Amino acid sequence: MPETDHQDRRRWMGVLAKAAPEEVAAAWSGLPAIPAYDFLRRPETGLVMVRGRIGGDGAAFNAGEMTVTRCSVRLAGGTIGHAWIAGRRADQAERAAVLDALMQDPARRPAIGRAIDWLAELQEARRDRGAHEAAATRVDFFTMVRGAG
Amino acid sequence: MARTDMLLPGLADPVLDAQQIFRAVLDAMARPGTIVDLPSPPASPEPLDPATTAIVLALNDQETVVWLDDAADSEAVRQHLRFHCGSPLTADPAQAHFAIVGDIRAMPPLASFNLGGDEYPDRSTTLILQVPDLTGGTTWTLGGPGIRDRATLAVAGLPDGFRDQVIENHLGFPRGVDLIFTCGARATALPRSTRVEG
Repeated sequence: MPETDHQDRRRWMGVLAKAAPEEVAAAWSGLPAIPAYDFLRRPETGLVMVRGRIGGDGAAFNAGEMTVTRCSVRLAGGTIGHAWIAGRRADQAERAAVLDALMQDPARRPAIGRAIDWLAELQEARRDRGAHEAAATRVDFFTMVRGAG
Repeated sequence: MARTDMLLPGLADPVLDAQQIFRAVLDAMARPGTIVDLPSPPASPEPLDPATTAIVLALNDQETVVWLDDAADSEAVRQHLRFHCGSPLTADPAQAHFAIVGDIRAMPPLASFNLGGDEYPDRSTTLILQVPDLTGGTTWTLGGPGIRDRATLAVAGLPDGFRDQVIENHLGFPRGVDLIFTCGARATALPRSTRVEG
């Protein structure tokens, strides 16, 4: 897989991983006919350790565990799709895996890509809303100047 | 990026199927010489038999180191192990928790696998040996734990001198390897505690 495809795939898998289940369900119902598929790995839920670095360059530390659900499918044509999504929704993991497989097919990518873009916009809007709400309650701390007067 | 277009499905219901397979292996180990039927997984990578694949899917995970002999080694088998079990592979039989042997005539001696230590004999290698047939070979008479009076085993296709290796393996008890013979969808076991009496 060429590098640009790799980055594209990383983006759509990330969008699917963070999407809300009902949004994925809505996007799914608006798609053209989905080909038949088999499970390579049925949806299974488990924990992953999320690691972080302060400032992006500190020592790695364990930020905490989160619940994820993973699933792998193979379309009738042989394309394999994988999904790891946040949360414990098996139906979302299954849909995300099928969408990952469909996105790898250049002929289907425009139609499926629109659904992915729509999901990405919803996520961005949600993030902006959260940022606005947080910004409204921001408190600035100023250092008191000592010894004035 | 590894090619993943040969991936095959794992167990249809990982929890229940693995429990059934585990139970069957447990029965085989508890009653040496008894032939058990294993539930077949949906697919088996070449050149593994369904029974071999079933045992691997039920018992192996990311903490079990697997050794493959040349006959059992293929890209399909490696992918299956990596994807469904997450098991690391080793080229050194002495490091293996599980060994999958496709050609028992070409395998290294039993003593070259991990025999476990006196303190932790449970850390030895479990060998899964794919054989041409579980019956029809030279009949061995077995005795020991799990066997009332006598049991027999007549695995076909064993190399010369294999019987001596099994006897020697038992003499090292509690250290030693455990053997599971597989063919098609069936299996039988020969744990280290079993004596070969005739």
